[in-house]
Amino acid sequence: MATFVGLWVVAQLLANSALAVLIGRFRAGTPIVYGVSFAACLVGLGGALWQLFGNAAGVPETILPIGLPGVGAHFRIDALSAFFLAVTNLGGAAASLYAVGHGRHETAPMRVLPFFPAYLAGMNLVLLADDAFAFLVSWEFMSLTSWALVVAHDREPENARAGYIYLVMASFGTLALLLAFGLLAGPDGSYTFAAMRAAPPGPTFAALVLALTLVGAGSKAGLVPLHVWLPLAHPAAPTHVSALMSGVMTKIAVYGFIRIVFDLVGPIAWWPSLIVLALGAATAVLGVLYALMQQDLKRLLAYSTVENVGVIFIGLGLGLAFRANDMAWAAALAVTAALLHVLNHSIFKSLLFFGAGAVLGATDTRDIERMGGLIHRMPKTAITFLVGCAAISALLPFNGFVSEWLTFQAILVSPLLPQWGLKMMVPAVGALLALSAALAGACFVKAFGVSFLGRPRSTAAERAQETDRISLGVMFLYAAICLLAGVLPGFIIDALAPVVKLVTGDQLPKQSVIAWLSVVPIAESRSSYNGLVILIFLVVSGTLTAAFVHRVSTRATRRSAIWDCGYPDPSTATQYTGSSFAMPIRRVLGASVFQVEERVSMPEPGDARPARFQVRVFDPAWRFAYGPLARLVAATAGRLNYLQFLTIRRYLTLTFSALILLLLVVAAWR
Amino acid sequence: MALILDLAAQAVQMLMVVAIAPLALGVTRKVKARLLRRVGPPVTQPYRDLWKLLHKEAVVAANASWLYRVAPYLLFAATWVAAALIPTYSTDLLFSWSADLIAIVALLGTARFVLALAGLDVGTAFGGIGSSREMLIASLAEPAMLLVVFTVALLVGTTQLSAIATQFIDASVGLRVSLGLALFSFVFVAIAENARIPIDNPATHLELTMVHEAMVLEYSGRHLAMIEATAALKLVLYASLLVCLFFPFGMATNDKGVVALAIGVVVWIGKILVLSALLPVGETTVAKMRVFRYPIFLGGAFASAALAVFLLFVSKGF
Repeated sequence: MATFVGLWVVAQLLANSALAVLIGRFRAGTPIVYGVSFAACLVGLGGALWQLFGNAAGVPETILPIGLPGVGAHFRIDALSAFFLAVTNLGGAAASLYAVGHGRHETAPMRVLPFFPAYLAGMNLVLLADDAFAFLVSWEFMSLTSWALVVAHDREPENARAGYIYLVMASFGTLALLLAFGLLAGPDGSYTFAAMRAAPPGPTFAALVLALTLVGAGSKAGLVPLHVWLPLAHPAAPTHVSALMSGVMTKIAVYGFIRIVFDLVGPIAWWPSLIVLALGAATAVLGVLYALMQQDLKRLLAYSTVENVGVIFIGLGLGLAFRANDMAWAAALAVTAALLHVLNHSIFKSLLFFGAGAVLGATDTRDIERMGGLIHRMPKTAITFLVGCAAISALLPFNGFVSEWLTFQAILVSPLLPQWGLKMMVPAVGALLALSAALAGACFVKAFGVSFLGRPRSTAAERAQETDRISLGVMFLYAAICLLAGVLPGFIIDALAPVVKLVTGDQLPKQSVIAWLSVVPIAESRSSYNGLVILIFLVVSGTLTAAFVHRVSTRATRRSAIWDCGYPDPSTATQYTGSSFAMPIRRVLGASVFQVEERVSMPEPGDARPARFQVRVFDPAWRFAYGPLARLVAATAGRLNYLQFLTIRRYLTLTFSALILLLLVVAAWR
Repeated sequence: MALILDLAAQAVQMLMVVAIAPLALGVTRKVKARLLRRVGPPVTQPYRDLWKLLHKEAVVAANASWLYRVAPYLLFAATWVAAALIPTYSTDLLFSWSADLIAIVALLGTARFVLALAGLDVGTAFGGIGSSREMLIASLAEPAMLLVVFTVALLVGTTQLSAIATQFIDASVGLRVSLGLALFSFVFVAIAENARIPIDNPATHLELTMVHEAMVLEYSGRHLAMIEATAALKLVLYASLLVCLFFPFGMATNDKGVVALAIGVVVWIGKILVLSALLPVGETTVAKMRVFRYPIFLGGAFASAALAVFLLFVSKGF
């Protein structure tokens, strides 16, 4: 039944896509298409939640007579896919509704409208797929539709480049997944998930599958060093699509990783978890450091997505390590933390992108150095964006803290692990996670402080107008979810229980029955957290203090000019900019991590030219990984170019010898 | 009835930390002045300062937003809640389970986030410089602090402050190498977080090296009073945390008798005052650091806490 609902949603979205081709050119087309997508996603969300809460046992698979002739395509919903379907369709519904309002900024609707529902359909299909063929086809469909959205505004030179890199990386990722499924399918070529589960590969192949999945799903999720396409492609798309790509599509990649590594492969040795942990920790720290260096608001958010993916993978790596050592209860804790962060990140990152879209619509720029003072011009957007910033910086009492807290709790269990490699690795990962949490705070103080606070740095920022009501409604809803999920996380953890049970074989104790609605992951004597009590404490003590101060003291307030230690400068250029805000951290932590190029051109005295200071921060992944790779590919292609200019005689010889060689290989194999 | 008594004990704690905070600051200033062979203001001077500030007109920059005016209260509330949840005189306070040590660190992070934003609100160079450096210090100090938390948590198997204190009092833990390293690290972090010398100078108002004071430069009147009160409260908070983690002796455990509680209160106040007197002794022996030397100072804290954690991962015996 739930599978049927899921497939119906996909069909509905694809039909909507066709509808968009017909009516997209009309003014009224935009709200209709987005409205229908919104409705379809709501149905999908309902179906997924119904599956998650009402029907924990799996449902039988549905076989559709499409795909490979004679075998069809298998689709099925279980708890894991139901959870991710809920995340996807929640994000899809919010993005669609936001786009009903925000879509009026679109200059070329025909380049966005037909692909948007198809993209949603692709993501839904990946989660529904129950065989390797359907999975890979839907995965590729999702990649291509999102690519079409990335290059929607192809006239901007950056976007074309982003689209190209995205396409290359996406194909590369799919290739890795294809090979992983190939290994899983084994010599019989049994390509349904059920058959793979029944015949798990040996330990070597399992590790190989994990490595390939890490490359395939990791490149889509944005694991360092496979992240390079992400900060280019996510901001290039229209904002509601950026929200989906960052908030939801990276989670589909996480789903792919969980599905293959936790579900299909079967038991895995402990040491691959070292790789996952190391990659996750590196991703978390490097992602946030790069984010801190960005001046482009949407790119900053995209890099911060990289960081959060790292946090999720730390949780998953811990889950793998615990599971390999038969500590199902600890694995349940780690995986719960990761899944909770999946949900939380999808919410606050979408919220932040919605806010960035509102700012982009109002000021027509993504450069935070041209913003400033928007809190006065766009007060409602400012509040929701502030909530998003607080949530993503893991501040109390918002939801980001809960998942990070659970991850820390999982790290603190890890001395029980027997292997020395893990004993050494996990505390380092914990320290890096703490570092990334602290840097995220700095990053979002910068993001909010430079764009929304201070004085306007451009006339566009001075004249910014508040965004439309529908967008604001979505943003306020998401901000409310950020607070609610932070205050009452117990209910969400309980909802995750069947998913965690499926993945790890154990689950956390039921949370919603604990006194005062606390969260107690292991035992009361060990650790507990109660966001509700903290929130009440904060509100009560803040209100009491304010009331006391206003009662005891004078309430006299005078507005006056800025003081600034007696030397106020009327020029708004004397404010701290985003890059000056990040300068200390750039200098302290960046020297070893970035390639920073600072260029100062100071004219001679008497010279009337303005002085210039230029900072460029390079992502070292380009220099150390991709640069050499690209050069290698170019060099090889140059060599092989020779093959294009042979005589017919040589071509025949070449073909014949290739045939002989293959026959020999086959003969040796038999 | 028991609930009312528990609530009362929690309320006593909340009021006590606020009441004693300016005194601790006063003692610090007095001792520092005496060490510099000045007479110094009376120890009650911070109370008078706060009272004076509360009755002054607040001058707010014309372009300041609501955030600027709300921030001092938010800041104070977050710090106060954090201080209220640390066991000071008794280990079984009613709400001590609602936030563990990690959550308390995050609460302080919340307060800092709000203050750094307030520093950027008016749009001045001084505010920006303060916020930017404050976040630099935080991004170095917070990981070190969390590693201290890890150390303690690994040793006693819990992040609940009350449980940690109880176990330390029962002497089931004893003296440990890792605890010594953690203490060292904690003191460094506390100095940095409280904007004391050598990281920051609380007595300066016009220096290019100032951090905290630059951030709050525009504030005046009751808003400044809240910020000053928060600074004092934070000093007490870190002192209480140090006492609770490393010297919890004298605290009332599982004993709700009036005598035990009274002993707990007296011992706690004594410990806070001793620490307040020790702080300026350290401060007068070192000079303020350049901004780009902070990483060395805080990196030392980070390294020693990391060493403690590694030792504990190797063996619980350290």
